[in-house]
Amino acid sequence: MSPVWMVRRIGFYVLITVVLAFFAVPMLWLASAPFDAKPGLGPRWPDWTLSNVSATFDHPFTLSSLVNSLILCSIATVVTTVLAALAAYALSRVRMPGRDLLLYLLLLLSSVVTGTAAMVPIFVMMLQLGLINSQFGTALVIAGGMLPAAIFILKDFMDAVPRSYEESARVFGASPRQVLSHVVLPVARPGVATIFVWAFVNAWGNFLLPFLLLRDVGRQPAAVLLRTLYDEGGSANLRVIPVFSLLYSIPVVVLYLFVSKRYGFRFHGGVKS
Amino acid sequence: MANRLDEGIDSAGLGVRRGLAFVAPALVLIGVFLVFPALWTLYIGITNYQLTGPAAANPRVVGLDNVLTAVHDPLFTNSVWLTALFVLFSAVIGQNALGFGLAWLLRSANPWLRRTIEGLVLLSWILPGTVVAFLWFAVLSRDTGTLGLLLGSPETSWLVEYPMTSLIIFNVWRGTAFSMLLYTSALAAVPPSQLETARLVGASGWQTVRDVVFPHIRGHVLTNTLLISLWTANDFTPFLLTSGGPNHRSEVLPVLIYRQALEGGELGYASAMSLLLLLGNLVIALVYLRLLRRRA
Repeated sequence: MSPVWMVRRIGFYVLITVVLAFFAVPMLWLASAPFDAKPGLGPRWPDWTLSNVSATFDHPFTLSSLVNSLILCSIATVVTTVLAALAAYALSRVRMPGRDLLLYLLLLLSSVVTGTAAMVPIFVMMLQLGLINSQFGTALVIAGGMLPAAIFILKDFMDAVPRSYEESARVFGASPRQVLSHVVLPVARPGVATIFVWAFVNAWGNFLLPFLLLRDVGRQPAAVLLRTLYDEGGSANLRVIPVFSLLYSIPVVVLYLFVSKRYGFRFHGGVKS
Repeated sequence: MANRLDEGIDSAGLGVRRGLAFVAPALVLIGVFLVFPALWTLYIGITNYQLTGPAAANPRVVGLDNVLTAVHDPLFTNSVWLTALFVLFSAVIGQNALGFGLAWLLRSANPWLRRTIEGLVLLSWILPGTVVAFLWFAVLSRDTGTLGLLLGSPETSWLVEYPMTSLIIFNVWRGTAFSMLLYTSALAAVPPSQLETARLVGASGWQTVRDVVFPHIRGHVLTNTLLISLWTANDFTPFLLTSGGPNHRSEVLPVLIYRQALEGGELGYASAMSLLLLLGNLVIALVYLRLLRRRA
């Protein structure tokens, strides 16, 4: 227990406390304000009440926007997961002409063409197709943006599924369809689940694309409505915003807890993103 | 790549034709919603296309005029400069340093502390962008904002008086999780015997990081820096916090593009600016892919 050791320990804990405060303080509000009778922007111990919850549900668009989020997100997530799984499996198993080039281009695309960099042409395209305000169209745009990365990550998982399983199944006379549904999918399930959660969280939080493409407030998801709620000329409705933010955040937090409990939030091997 | 030899052995008996049918739907979607828009940017960027007015119906090709105008436009140069500052301070320096620092400090911390901190850092990464933007708007607001109360100057409106600094600190908070995760897994690959040797010869923490750890994780540092720079340069969240204001002082490139295109209606001009962002992304991505290949 030398003095140097003591100083270092104290320094360590001071540093950790500062970091802890830095990350925790902004989030405290999300825990207290929803249940505070007089919510403000600052942190304070709440006068406990549940009246904000009913105020939030009385707002004409809160519930419908959460439903919209769910619709948008479900379409985008399912399309991404199914199409990426099919493509990743075929790319992993079948020797196709130009496959390596295709994979290289996919990886390149997934990082180069972001929603931000392509917002103008995407907006113009949807405008000319008459798909502004179409939830299905917006979901497809979101899915298109997620697909390259999803295919790439899933191909890694598919490559790790032992081929001998499929070969044995075929020896016993299984058709390619049976091999897929009874052998490959069950074995690749962790990968498919990962992509599902990843796509869901991404689509759920996506603000820019629905903000660009869904102009009608009745079709906007929670991400866009929340922005509208606090951008109303400085008169942010503090009875509605906190509860609504909390409700909107819950699915992501639940998924995160599920993933970290089940798989652990770690990178295994290379970078997955 | 241990299975290079049997790669491409069609173990499910799909055949090339069915394989292509499996890949096609994904490629169609990517083609329509990603490749086509990217290429179309090139075309819109050389026209005077506008959202409304005569140039909306009949856009005219103006060649490289948009690019030339942009280069001489103080709003554009200002925005490029701010984007560079944003990437440099919040990602290259901020997220990198804090992410590594956390990974390094927490590797020997007690599991409970470690889980708490990692949980909070991850939460700030996965919460929806509009929610965290409002949380920070509240922290940085005047009169009752937490920061003003903590520092004893509640009259300061941080987002108005220090918009760029606020955005940078916000983005460090928002994005550090990725660097932390990446460095945690990178540090696991440093041989413990070498760390032990460094400790025995009395190397300080800094010397150990520089001489023992860094040579092992150099590739990871580069990968991490490239990825977080790319994401930060393309991040639209600054729009939610400051909308580029006050008076363009926090107008990073994504915000400028949005305001020019959707608020100003200058679709052609905004496309020319997007082109520059795409080009920047392409350069970073090519360097990144080169690195990946060399390692594989």
